[in-house]
Amino acid sequence: MLIFLNHLINGISLGSVYAIIALGYTMVYGIAKMLNFAHGDVIMVGAYICFFSVSSFNLPPAVGVVLAVLACTALGIVIERLAYKPLRQATSLAVLITAIGVSYFLQNGAQLLWTSNIKMFPSFFSASPIELFGGELKITIAAIVTVAACVVIMLGLTWFTGKTRMGKAMRACSEDKAAAQLMGINVNATISMTFAIGSALAAIAGVLFCSVYPTLTPTTGSMPGIKAFTAAVFGGIGSIPGALLGGVLLGVIEIFASAYISTQMSNAIVFAVLIVVLLVRPSGLLGKQVREKV
Amino acid sequence: MKKFLALALALVMTLALAACGGGDGQKDGGAASGAIKIGGVGPLTGDAAIYGNAAKGGAEIAVEEINALGGLQFDLHYEDDANDPEKSVNAYNTLKDWGMQVFLGSVTSTPGVATAAESNADHMFYLTPSASSTDVIGGVANPLTGSVDTPRRDNVFQMCFVDPNQGSASAQYIKDNNLGSAIAVIYKNDDVYSTGIYNSFVAKAGELGLNIVSTTTFTTDSKTDFSVQLNDAKNSSADLIYLPTYYDANALILTQANAMGYAPKYFGVDGMDGILSVKGFDTSLAEGVMLLTPFNADAGDEATKSFVAKYQEKFGEVPNQFAADAYDCVYAIYNALKDEDVTSGTSAGDLCGILIGKFTSMTFDGLTGEGMTWADTGAVSKTPKGMYIENGAYVGMD
Repeated sequence: MLIFLNHLINGISLGSVYAIIALGYTMVYGIAKMLNFAHGDVIMVGAYICFFSVSSFNLPPAVGVVLAVLACTALGIVIERLAYKPLRQATSLAVLITAIGVSYFLQNGAQLLWTSNIKMFPSFFSASPIELFGGELKITIAAIVTVAACVVIMLGLTWFTGKTRMGKAMRACSEDKAAAQLMGINVNATISMTFAIGSALAAIAGVLFCSVYPTLTPTTGSMPGIKAFTAAVFGGIGSIPGALLGGVLLGVIEIFASAYISTQMSNAIVFAVLIVVLLVRPSGLLGKQVREKV
Repeated sequence: MKKFLALALALVMTLALAACGGGDGQKDGGAASGAIKIGGVGPLTGDAAIYGNAAKGGAEIAVEEINALGGLQFDLHYEDDANDPEKSVNAYNTLKDWGMQVFLGSVTSTPGVATAAESNADHMFYLTPSASSTDVIGGVANPLTGSVDTPRRDNVFQMCFVDPNQGSASAQYIKDNNLGSAIAVIYKNDDVYSTGIYNSFVAKAGELGLNIVSTTTFTTDSKTDFSVQLNDAKNSSADLIYLPTYYDANALILTQANAMGYAPKYFGVDGMDGILSVKGFDTSLAEGVMLLTPFNADAGDEATKSFVAKYQEKFGEVPNQFAADAYDCVYAIYNALKDEDVTSGTSAGDLCGILIGKFTSMTFDGLTGEGMTWADTGAVSKTPKGMYIENGAYVGMD
């Protein structure tokens, strides 16, 4: 039973990181209707910036996180301006390929700047883990912070898109860009804003991911990026609570599959579950069923 | 405005491509025109770039030293394969177009198998610093099935230990020194290096009666979370974890085991080397970690000291065993050829014949071992050094 709980906690902690990354994917997809495959690499950039501000410039971790968020926000806006905005009228396939190109650009850029040697991300949460059942069950501070951050971000985003003017503009763009423009909404600015928020989230996700799994390389972001994309689809892409649910479920399934079935098959099982879910609910667990008018 | 942005984008893409190309084809200049052309292929970009760049750096230093001596001159040229077998063969062909006479092999095993097959067909001498899979040299039986999967390629030689030697030597070492009563193994099952060592370790452990209580795996795609593997080891009360894996994963395993309050002993192979130079790694976690490695950057002998100093001056890092292996490779070729009548005009095939003859008969002292010899199998015979980590440095076990 304790072992089961242990696996469950590990799964939720891993899943929360996926969920924060998935929130970025889902925001951008929901509003700009594009898959930003460079999202995973923005995570990596955020983690590097935090790493260098803490280890090379001896800044406190909180300042490192703020710097990472600012830099990634700027990076997100620049990527959107240079790579995606000129393709606003192009086919979605062209945008998708561009996103993959940006992803490679960021990875190779990071390798030129920071070399491919691995860096160990410093642990920000050095406090000893909370022990339950006489020390048999340990919950690390990093895990608690990750889960808490994930829930706070999810609630914040739900409030933002539901209540603020900017959030309403985002939802309007999401439903119909042309109509939103007619209503006086600046669609380009709204999409830039979405990228800014998504990239800021990526920076936070990068810091949290590397606090729990501390090896940092230029390709650190790619696998969690793909997993988080899966989580976003799993929960229903475009849905903010869906990203959280999808992320956590994915993390838990991944850990349980490797613990109770096979460490070799865990990824295969995760994706098999995804296929089954998509067969039953094609738009994901919490996705909206959109009926196409013919 | 739109046109301008499109243009800017095109420019960015071109730069990106140029940047990708920048890693390739860096010539080590300064060699005379009569120099023997040595080509090498390794991952200079991508996930495994640390190994390729280390090997390239080590080989460059050796070539510089040799060319400074006068006499036989070398011209070194490295191509990037991004640890991809297909790119590796392309890179090999590019080097052949350049006029390569001796091939310094692929750095990593999976591409190494592909280039070994190509070079065998060309009769091009192939000495790899670090592609340790038996499928590179060929002709070695799989310890579990007993069948020979790849025939022996007579032109291919290795500077590193062949994987099974590492696995069985580890098992022997653990048995002889009574290091663990219950052993857990975590290995990377999508990697020929790790599975090769694992297979021979298990075979030898069975022979010696070692008690393996937990065996778990991970892959390239799942090398972040080790909680399941570590819990399995912990719940089986393993007191020693055997890690036939590279140090990037090992650093994570050690950190995560520490976070869950599990403190077994660790035993690694040559892939563990490098863990102490990971930037930001808490070396106190690696305290007491044991490993078998051919090279120790902290060794006190003059040759190692001078190599480490030069490498640090040139690249700003402590060299790992890949750099040392590549350095030894160049010197081994130099030793084999220095008294022969060879020039830049000698054909690759003739050089291959000379080198095969020399390698199977000579004895070589290098940074990674003394009195090294090569059998007809292409595998090197040298003794792995048992090391453990104490106060953040390697210390010999014996």
